Amino acid sequence: MRLGELFLGYAKIGLLGFGGVAAIARHVIVEERKWLSERDYAEVLGLGQVLPGPNVGNAAVMIGRRFHGFAGAVTATAGLYSGPLAILVLLAVFYDHFGQEPGVASFMRGVAAAAAGMVIGMAVKMADKLRPPIELIGVGLLSLVAGAWLRLPLPLIVLILAPLGIWLSLRRHAA
Amino acid sequence: MSEDGEIGPLVLAFLALSLVSVGGGIAVLPEMHRLVVEQHGWMDSLAFAKRFALAQAAPGPNIMVVGLIGWHVAGATGMFAAMLAMCGPTSLLAYAVARLRQRDLPWLRLVERGLVPIAVGLIAASGLLLAKGTVEEATLALPLAAACTVFVWRSSRSPLWVLVAGALYGALLL
Repeated sequence: MRLGELFLGYAKIGLLGFGGVAAIARHVIVEERKWLSERDYAEVLGLGQVLPGPNVGNAAVMIGRRFHGFAGAVTATAGLYSGPLAILVLLAVFYDHFGQEPGVASFMRGVAAAAAGMVIGMAVKMADKLRPPIELIGVGLLSLVAGAWLRLPLPLIVLILAPLGIWLSLRRHAA
Repeated sequence: MSEDGEIGPLVLAFLALSLVSVGGGIAVLPEMHRLVVEQHGWMDSLAFAKRFALAQAAPGPNIMVVGLIGWHVAGATGMFAAMLAMCGPTSLLAYAVARLRQRDLPWLRLVERGLVPIAVGLIAASGLLLAKGTVEEATLALPLAAACTVFVWRSSRSPLWVLVAGALYGALLL
């Protein structure tokens, strides 16, 4: 893979990532361009999740570095952020003029609901394809409940569940 | 509003924020609100909420809201300064961890395997929270979100079809 392809792939992820880039990032990286396998990508994302900073941004650094070293990390990150940043500036300037129109509001509601379904569907798909052992499925469900129902702060969830997940993973390997 | 004197505090605020942003940018939203609205008084609560909604609706990582706040405080310079402060140091950390990763340490693979379910679980949680917000605003959003979930799960087509369908559905029914 060339640097240019890395940039274009990440630019696509940034520009088409409505409602967060997680779902489209997985689609482009795993299914469309086959840069990483499902398992490889899940592991990079898992690491990106426990490090501070946006998980997909951290993943961009790690994936860019894997293929092109430091230049790759910078290229992937630039691709991810430059398009959305440009769009945001335009939106910030024009928002007050069209944001409150009823037609625009219902259109945005539809996009938001679809994006929500997209994010859930992606999580289900990953779980379906990775087929983790039962105790790790339990950890996943715990983090789902802690995040969606208990509304615990994410740093706290990670602090509690990361040691549990790591311990279960090491224990299964030892067995 | 555009004061060069605000760049320093802006950078410091987001640097501090980035270092505790385990779990992503949205995790620190309450703390971001405290810093931006209460401590520095860069904007009021409503302006903050509007910028957050805008960043959610626009494509790109959720963390882009930081760029909008920077823009509001100090124009283009503020936007770049805030984004760099928020993403620069954490990217360097990710880079360092990636170097460690390259040495193919078996224990690190096992550690990662234990972290995967947390990442997937939290992604599902953020999707559910997003869905809850839209369904509370319009009940008819529920079948749409459910159908989109099944499509993305069962099909290998681009998830963008879902957004196109959502935009049409929203314009006609919501």
